[in-house]
Amino acid sequence: MVKIRIDGKYYEAEPEKNLLETCLSIGIDIPHFCFHPAIGSVGACRLCAVKKFKDAGDTKGRIVMSCMEPVTEGLIVSVEDQEAKAFRASVIESLMTNHPHDCPVCDEGGECHLQDMTIMTGHNYRRFDFPKRTYNNQELGPFISHEMNRCIQCYRCVRFYRDYAGGKDLNVFASRNHVYFGRHEDGALENEFSGNLVEVCPTGVFTDKTLKRHFTRKWDLSNAPSVCVHCSVGCNTIASERYGSLRRIMSRYNGAVNGYFICDRGRFGYEFVNDEKRIKNVQLRSGNDKKLESAEYDKLFSSLDQSISKNKKMVGIGSPRASLESNFALMSLVGKENFYHGISKKEFHLTRTIVEFLQHSGVSTPSLKQIEKADVVLVLGEDLVNTAPMIALALRQSARNRINDEAKGKGIQLWNDAPVRILAQDAKSPVFIATPFIDSLDDIAENTFRATSRDIGNLGFTIAQKVDNKAPDTKTENKDLKILAEKIALSLKKAKNPLIISGINCGDEIIVYAALNIATALLSAGSNVMLSMVFPECNSMGLSLFPGKSFEDAVSSVENKKIDALIVLENDLYRRASEDSVNELFKNSNKTIVIDHIFNKTTQNADILLPAGTFAESEGTIVNNEGRAQRFYKALESKNAPKESWRWVGDLIKVRDTNPSVLWTHFDDIVESLVNELPVFLKLKKYMPGADFRMLNAKIPRQTMRYSGRTAMNANIAVSEPGLPKDPDSPLAFTMEGQQEKPPSSLVPFYWTPGWNSVQAMYNYLNEPNASMKGGDPGIRLIEPIEDIKNIYFKQGSQISEAKNDEWLIVPVYQIFGSDELSSNSPSILQRIQEPFVLINQKDAGKIDMNDGDTVQLEILKTKFKVKVKIENSIVHGVAGLSVNLPGMPYFDIPGTGKFHKL
Amino acid sequence: MERPLTKHIKPGSSAYNLEEYKQVGGYAGVNKALKNMTPGEVTNLVKASNLLGRGGAGFPTGVKWSLIPMDGDKSRLKYLVCNADEMEPGTFKDRYLLEGNPQQLIEGMIISAYAIQAEKAYIFLRWAYKKAESGLRKAIDEAYKAGYLGKNILGSGFNLDLYVHSSAGRYICGEETALLNSLEGKRAIPRTKPPFPAISGLFGRPTVVNNVETLSWISHIVENGADWFKGLSLTGTGGTKLFGVSGKVKNPGTWELPLGITMRELLEEHAGGMTSGHKFRGALPGGASTDFLIEEHLDVKMDFSTVAAVGSRLGTGTMIVLDDKTCPVAFVHNVEKFFALESCGWCTPCREGLPWVEKMLVSIEEGTGKMEYLDLLAFNAKYMGPGNTFCAHAPGAAEPLQSGLKYFHDDFVKHISDKKCPWR
Repeated sequence: MVKIRIDGKYYEAEPEKNLLETCLSIGIDIPHFCFHPAIGSVGACRLCAVKKFKDAGDTKGRIVMSCMEPVTEGLIVSVEDQEAKAFRASVIESLMTNHPHDCPVCDEGGECHLQDMTIMTGHNYRRFDFPKRTYNNQELGPFISHEMNRCIQCYRCVRFYRDYAGGKDLNVFASRNHVYFGRHEDGALENEFSGNLVEVCPTGVFTDKTLKRHFTRKWDLSNAPSVCVHCSVGCNTIASERYGSLRRIMSRYNGAVNGYFICDRGRFGYEFVNDEKRIKNVQLRSGNDKKLESAEYDKLFSSLDQSISKNKKMVGIGSPRASLESNFALMSLVGKENFYHGISKKEFHLTRTIVEFLQHSGVSTPSLKQIEKADVVLVLGEDLVNTAPMIALALRQSARNRINDEAKGKGIQLWNDAPVRILAQDAKSPVFIATPFIDSLDDIAENTFRATSRDIGNLGFTIAQKVDNKAPDTKTENKDLKILAEKIALSLKKAKNPLIISGINCGDEIIVYAALNIATALLSAGSNVMLSMVFPECNSMGLSLFPGKSFEDAVSSVENKKIDALIVLENDLYRRASEDSVNELFKNSNKTIVIDHIFNKTTQNADILLPAGTFAESEGTIVNNEGRAQRFYKALESKNAPKESWRWVGDLIKVRDTNPSVLWTHFDDIVESLVNELPVFLKLKKYMPGADFRMLNAKIPRQTMRYSGRTAMNANIAVSEPGLPKDPDSPLAFTMEGQQEKPPSSLVPFYWTPGWNSVQAMYNYLNEPNASMKGGDPGIRLIEPIEDIKNIYFKQGSQISEAKNDEWLIVPVYQIFGSDELSSNSPSILQRIQEPFVLINQKDAGKIDMNDGDTVQLEILKTKFKVKVKIENSIVHGVAGLSVNLPGMPYFDIPGTGKFHKL
Repeated sequence: MERPLTKHIKPGSSAYNLEEYKQVGGYAGVNKALKNMTPGEVTNLVKASNLLGRGGAGFPTGVKWSLIPMDGDKSRLKYLVCNADEMEPGTFKDRYLLEGNPQQLIEGMIISAYAIQAEKAYIFLRWAYKKAESGLRKAIDEAYKAGYLGKNILGSGFNLDLYVHSSAGRYICGEETALLNSLEGKRAIPRTKPPFPAISGLFGRPTVVNNVETLSWISHIVENGADWFKGLSLTGTGGTKLFGVSGKVKNPGTWELPLGITMRELLEEHAGGMTSGHKFRGALPGGASTDFLIEEHLDVKMDFSTVAAVGSRLGTGTMIVLDDKTCPVAFVHNVEKFFALESCGWCTPCREGLPWVEKMLVSIEEGTGKMEYLDLLAFNAKYMGPGNTFCAHAPGAAEPLQSGLKYFHDDFVKHISDKKCPWR
C-alpha cells in the first residue's frame, strides 16, 4: 500500500491501481466515460481530469487524466481544483455541441451515464450555435437498437465488443468528428455478448430492442435480484417488471461469477414469461377425449379425487430447470423411492459421477472469476460459446494472462489497456480445444483437435497418462494424437493455474472420464488444477444432490403396471427420451398432473395442468455448475399470477394428507424442511437471508423512490388506492418505501445512489471496481475440495457404438439460440434461431450427393427427420453434427450412429 | 558555408546512384561505424554531438537512442523507423532530401540501426511522394546488391532489412506513435506515452523513430565527429538546418543554413523579401502548427530555444509568410480547417473543439460572426492546450489560432463589426 493525498486528505491506496479506480472505490466521484473496469483505461475522453502537483510547494499543478495516473507513493492530486473542474465541464460542453437534446424522448433518460456526468460536472448553458452532426442508423438485429446521433465517441462499445468479447463485426469507421460505430453493413450483431453494449454504452446509442416493445423508464420499474435460468453458469441478473409484465433482464454484478456481463441468451430470453403460450389458469381435462380447459381453482381439488391420496402409487418426475424447493416439494409428495430426476440415464449417471468426483476428489472447481486467472486451459468436448457462453468469455480473458509478467517488468500497469495489448500483440496463454467441429474460441486456441468424440476421449486419456503414468493408457495408434497429448500434458504440468473444462453436453462418457482423469493426474502431481464441468441446465447440479433415479428408470417402473398419479414438474419429457417411451409412460398413468409455464407436447398429455410461476414470478434456489447455490426473487406479483411450483405441490400434499405433518406456508418453511431432510444444503439456511431480514427495521424496496403511478395504475379497475402486494417469502417488498441504501449483495434489486442513475451506480456497491460486492458476492458454494481424497482413475470406454459403412457418427451441435427450451419461446431469440441443420464436410457430402443448402432426411434409431445440409469442413470424415432441440425437432439420443436418405 | 546535407543535391538533375555517391565519399560512414565502432560508441557519439531531432520536436537524438535496451536478446526484434510522412502544411524539406539524395538517408539508417542493433527498418513515406518512393526503392535495391543491406553487412555480423512503406495518407501518421499503429495495420490513432517506443514500439518491440533530416546527419557525424557538428551552427546547438519559406516572397524555396541565422536574414537574403506590392505582416516560423511571429520578431535567431523564448516554435523550420494583402482570418481558418479534418477522432477536445473553431472562423470570415466568438475561440485554444488532449495535434492547432487572435485581434473585430471581410 502507498500513501497518497487527495484534496488535502491522506489515503492508503494500492499501487497496482490507477487513480480513478482508487477514487471510485473510496467514494470520491470523478466523472469519466471511457474507463470501464473490465476493459481498463485508455485516456480518450479526457473527462476524468484532475490536478496533479509535483510536491507540496507546487501551487499551480498540471492537469492529468486520473484514469491514466498510476498510484505512487507521495502522489498529490486535487479533484476539486477549479481549473480541473472547469476543464471537466468543458469536456461535457464540447460533447454537447453535437449531442441531441432529446432527454425527454430518449430511451436512456433516467438511466443515462451522460446525464449523470453532465450534472456532476456542472455544465449547463449552451454556447454552441451551429447545426449538429448527424448519422444514419443501422439495423443491428432483434436485440439491439442503434441510434448514432447520441454517440459521444467514448469507444467503449468497440473496446468491449472486439477486445473483450472477441467480436469481429462491430468497429469504428472514419475519423475526426465523423467517427462511426457500427457494422460494415446492416445485419444482426453476431457476437453472443452483444447485449452488454446496452449497459456498456454510456448513452442511448445501443439500447435493448426488446425493452422498446414495452418501454418503461428505469425509475418506474419494480425489480428483483434474479439468476439466469438458461444454462448452468448461473449468471446473476436483475429482473424488472411494470404493469404485471416482465420488461427486461439486465446484468447483476457478481464478482465471483459473471462480473459485469451476461450473454445474449440470458438477456433477451426472458420474453417467454410474457408469451401468449403461457399457461395462465388451472387446466382440467375430464374424460379421455375431452379437451383441456381452464377451470376454477376450486374444481382442482374435486378433480384430484382419490388419485393422490395416501397409499396410492405415485410417480414424480422432477426437473433440472426447476428450483431446489420445487424439486424437494415433489420428492416430499411422492416419496424418495418414487422421485425421478427427469433426465436420461446417461445424463443422470454422468452428472452423479461428476458431482461425486467434485465432492471427494480434492480437485477444486473454480468460479468464473477464477477461470479468468487460469494460465493453461484444456477444453475437452464442450462447445462453450453455445453451452456455457460466459465461460467462453472468461477464457478469452484468461488467454491474455500470458503477457502480464512481461508488462509488469516493463513498467506497464495492467489497467493501462492499450500498451498491454500492444506489448502482447498475438501472444496468448495456451488454450487447447478438442471439439468435433469449429469453435468460436478457435481464434484464441494454441492447438485445436477435431475428431470423433471417441478420439477426443482418447486424447484426454493419453494426456492423463502422460501426466501420471499410473493413469490408464489408451491403445490408440494415432501418432498426431500422441504428439499433441504430450505437448498438452507438458503445458498443464508446468502451469501454475491449469484448468480443465469439459461437460456432459458432448454426450460421451469417455470424454467426461478423460477430463476427470486428467484432473486426478495433475492433482497427484501436486498441481493447483481446477476442473470446471458444464451441465445442461440451470439446476442440473442442484438436482443431482437429491436422491432419485433417471427417466428411463421411471419408464421401466411403470412397465406393465398402472400408476395412480404421474406428476411432471417443469419438464417437457419429449426432450428427454424417445416419443415411444414417453407415450408409454403417459399411457400407464391414470392421472397425469403437469406443472409448467408453457404449453408444450408434455402438457398436451395432462389431465390436470397447473400454471407454474417462472423465475420472475417465484422465489427459488438453484445451484450452478460451480456448486454455487444462488437465489432468485419474485419480480412479478399479481393476484392472478401463476404460483411457484412448490406451492402447487404443497396443495397436492394437502390433498394427500388432510393433516400433513409438514405444512409450508412461506418460503422459509420449505427451506427449513429441505435443509433438515438433505443436509448437503445446510449452508442455505446458514448463509442466505431469511424473510425476516430487515435493514434498519424496513424491508428492502423493489422500486426506486421515483416509482410513479402507483395509485393511478389500477384506476380502470377500481379508484380506491389498492393495498400493496405482500411478499412474506423474502426481505424484499413491492414498494418504494424502505431503505434505499445498499442492501446485502444477494438482495440488490437495482443500482442507484445519489448522483448515479445509470448502471454505473454499481461501482458504489463494490469494494472496488472488479472486486467483490460489499459484504461478499452473492451465492454460497456447496462443494469445496476436501482432504479425504480417494482418487481412482476411470477406465477408458465409450458406450457409443462405432459407425459402420453407410453410417455416420452423429454428434450434437448446441446452439446458444434454439437449443434451450425456455428462451427459444422468446420472439427476439426466435429471430436468431436457424432451421434444423446437419454439419458435414464437403467430401462426405459428396458421397451422399449433397450440397450446401440441400434438404436431407436423417435417420437415427428409426426416428427420421428432415434437416438442411451445412458444409463444415472442420468436422472430420465420418462425423456429422446435428443441431440439438431446435424448434420442431424430435428427441435424438446422440452421439449415436445415423444414416442419410436423399429426398 | 558548409552544407553537408545538400551539397550533392542538384535541383533538376537526378540523384546520385550508389556508385556516384560512393565516389563523393558516400558509405564511408557505414564502413567506419560497422568496422571500427561498437554500437554503444556510435550512440555516444551522436549523444555528444547533441543532434536535435529535425522533425519538429527537437528531442536529442542520442538520448532517444540510449533508451533502447541493449541486453543482447537476439531473438526479440528491434526496429528503426524513419518518419518520412512529411505532412506539416508548409513543409517540404524532407521531400528535397528524399528526392535529392536517398542514399544519404539509407546510409544514415544503416548506421543508426547498427547503433541500436535493430535488424529491421522501415521508411514510412508520405503517400503523395511518388517520385521519392521510386527513388528510394531503386536506392535500396542498389544498396542490397552492393551488400550494404541484408545479411552480414561488410562482414560485421550485422544484418539489416530496409523497407519502404507508403502511408495511407493521414496527417496524424506523422505523429510517431500513430505512425507505429498505422505501420502495424491498425487505426492511426496515437499511443499513450509512457511506455515510450524505446520500450514498447512497433509490434510491441523497442523502436526508434527519427525524421528524415535527422537520419541524414548520422553518416556525417560519424565521419567528422561531434565537435565539427557543433561548430556548424551559430548558436552552439549544432548543425545546419534545412529552412524553407513559402508565401508572397520573391524566392520561395528551401536552403541549408546554420542554426541561429535570423528570421530577417532568411526572409530577405535567401527568400528575396516580399514580392512587390506586398508587406510582411507575420509568419508561422516552422509550419502550420507554430505560433505567429510578427515584424518585431524579425531579428530572432532561428534555433529551437531562441524561437521558443519569443512564444513560438522552430518546428520544421519551414516558414509560411502572411502578407498584408491576405486576410488573417482566412489564413487562420485555412489551417484550422486542415487540423479539424485531420483530427483522428480519439479524444474529445480535439475532435469536438476543432470543428467548433472552424465553424466560428467561417462565420467571422463570411460576416455572420458574433463578438462572443472571439472569447469562444480563445477559450477553445486554451481548452485544446498541451496535457488536455491525448497528443500534440490539437495543441499544435491551437498555436496559430491563439497567436492569430493575439496579433491580428483588430482584424477579427473588424470582420465582426463590419459584417464582412475587409479583404474581399
